[in-house]
Amino acid sequence: MAIKLKEIANKEERLVAGHRFCAGCAEPILTRQILNAIDDPVVLSCATSCMEIATSIYPYSSWRVPWIHSAFENASSTIAGAEAMYRSLVRQGKIEDRGLKFIAFGGDGATYDIGLQWISGCFERGHKMMYVCFDNEAYMNTGIQRSSATPLGAHTTTSPAGTVIPGKQQWRKPLTEIFAAHHIPYVAQASPSRWRDLMNKAQKGVAADGPAFLNVIAPCPRGWRHEPEEAIELAKLAVETCYWPLYEVENGQWKLNFKPREKKPIIVWLERQGRFRHLFQPQFRHVIDEIQAKVDEEWERLLERCGEA
Amino acid sequence: MPKSKIRALDGAHAVAEAMRQINPDVVAAYPITPQTAIVQTFSNFVADGLVDTEFVAVESEHAAMSTCIGASAAGGRVMTATASAGLALMWEVVYVAASLHLPIVMPVVNRALSAPLNIHCDHSDSMGTRDAGWIQLYSENPQEAYDNVIQAVRIAERLLLPVMVMQDGFITGHGVERVDVLDDGTVKGFIGEYKPEHSLLDVDNPATYGTWDMYDFYFEHKRQQTDALSKALPAIVEVGEEYGELTGRKYGIFEAYGMDDAEMAIVVLSSSAGTARMVVRGLREKGVKIGLFKPRVFRPFPAKEFAEALADVKAVGVLDRSIVFGAMDGLGPGPLYLELCAALFAAGNTTTRVADYVFGLGGRDIIPAYVEQVAQDLAEIAETGEVKTPVSYLGLRE
Repeated sequence: MAIKLKEIANKEERLVAGHRFCAGCAEPILTRQILNAIDDPVVLSCATSCMEIATSIYPYSSWRVPWIHSAFENASSTIAGAEAMYRSLVRQGKIEDRGLKFIAFGGDGATYDIGLQWISGCFERGHKMMYVCFDNEAYMNTGIQRSSATPLGAHTTTSPAGTVIPGKQQWRKPLTEIFAAHHIPYVAQASPSRWRDLMNKAQKGVAADGPAFLNVIAPCPRGWRHEPEEAIELAKLAVETCYWPLYEVENGQWKLNFKPREKKPIIVWLERQGRFRHLFQPQFRHVIDEIQAKVDEEWERLLERCGEA
Repeated sequence: MPKSKIRALDGAHAVAEAMRQINPDVVAAYPITPQTAIVQTFSNFVADGLVDTEFVAVESEHAAMSTCIGASAAGGRVMTATASAGLALMWEVVYVAASLHLPIVMPVVNRALSAPLNIHCDHSDSMGTRDAGWIQLYSENPQEAYDNVIQAVRIAERLLLPVMVMQDGFITGHGVERVDVLDDGTVKGFIGEYKPEHSLLDVDNPATYGTWDMYDFYFEHKRQQTDALSKALPAIVEVGEEYGELTGRKYGIFEAYGMDDAEMAIVVLSSSAGTARMVVRGLREKGVKIGLFKPRVFRPFPAKEFAEALADVKAVGVLDRSIVFGAMDGLGPGPLYLELCAALFAAGNTTTRVADYVFGLGGRDIIPAYVEQVAQDLAEIAETGEVKTPVSYLGLRE
């Protein structure tokens, strides 16, 4: 379905104003983009996260749609349970089939780390659900601790940049590929900076005949150390440097959704963020080269997979 | 009396049979010894189209309870079953289920916790979750496990609280006994239709479940939760009476055997009550004033009722099948003893003396001689009014 800006701007918001996200956070932006893309009624679950605490502080709620939070690692199983109940009640004729879509939201900590097994289980069992990871590359809600999504060299409070060790010492987990390897109908990587692409992917995800996974980069002014107005710009640079390629795997077909005319060097993305500041000291500059090498290696492999090499 | 059929079933199969008759909308479960017979048998029912249930064969017990939470919030009947490490693994979300007031029913086949690894019966698993906000019912034999599971559905949905139904691993779970199985229509009629007040699937009236709750409201919410549990006993009794009228098997909050003029009492949960009953019967024949007191409900703990029932008893021997590590200077009493002492103390009882006997850990057999030994101790305690050893261990090599 073609996405028209005018139409989506006039749609009733599902996540409403009054939430307590930080100024400049990408999460509410990408969440509204995803939910506005979907016309069907939705049921949401949410992992313990910034999103959870910013939108559900009792006795208020920012949600105009059914929403549940259970714990940190189980947003996937929770929504899978709701989806199983829906299927059961519809099959038994106890309720009407109204085409409900089931969506789970989790941060990178909930998705790459603590909740990986739960999501993997849900995907193997084929629940008709879409899991969205808002990847801000660390445990931001608890005060910026490293996750397996945190990139090499980034300063976090548990991978601090010291005088000897320059931030996180490992690269990141190839999570989108891991879920593509589950051979589910739809897996995609997206960015709020290319909203039309993200919204298309959200539509494809909920239309898929089975599980879908969206990994969306979500710049965090507090954790990445950038100005609030820079979030979308940084998401854009992540795409243009090929650090965060936009691609999808639809029924096993890998497709690149955006190929920059000119691939920008990773340094233009790194230098805008305080979490990489220490890398610009002479003794740690080699880490920038290592990051570039990782980005290049992953990009080349992706091009090959997408038949673009 | 409704139609029923006498069958030879072990406790696990009896519970699976109850689950078939309950026909839950969703069952999410993970296999663990000695609960496996429940999920396997239920899987067969699903495979043969005997239930309408959406069966979710999850990848862990934490996922089982997480799936049950989502499913129950979505407004249908939900069950799972577990044991031991499985219950321990789901501990976090066992709390979530109760705190969200989700009427999930969970049979538990009691088994010891690691380490060392042991697959046999004790009550460490369910006792580990005794403070999680669930109603806990303990069953002596396959018949009680079957009856309790059916009643649990009514209790849970009436109180909007989840219910655990315990039976002893292997002893009851794998022990084949005579079970009076009701006909399907009778069970269906007894449990009725479940009509949830709220549902996550109600997109026309969207609700937010499981909010972020700070110091300005959290405390009140926890208070409301204890309040809900404090109102549970009358409902449990009412359902038990109604079940009794229907089946001839009436259930209350405890069973008293030979307690009318008893000066001594043995208090024990689940299958070991059978052994204790036999010993008590023998002693009664010899004129010893001893009785058996078998709690059925452990949560909420019926403190007033228990204190009242034991008010005139001089000496009580509690048989505990788990240890509260570190309690009472590290003597290692069990939770039943601690709760019962607190109940007697709160009731102002200064005359009833209580001694605790930890037994049967990791499936160690309890034999009549051990219970006779307890009875001998109690006779001395009743006479002297003195408890020389507050916590002892039965059948332990030392």
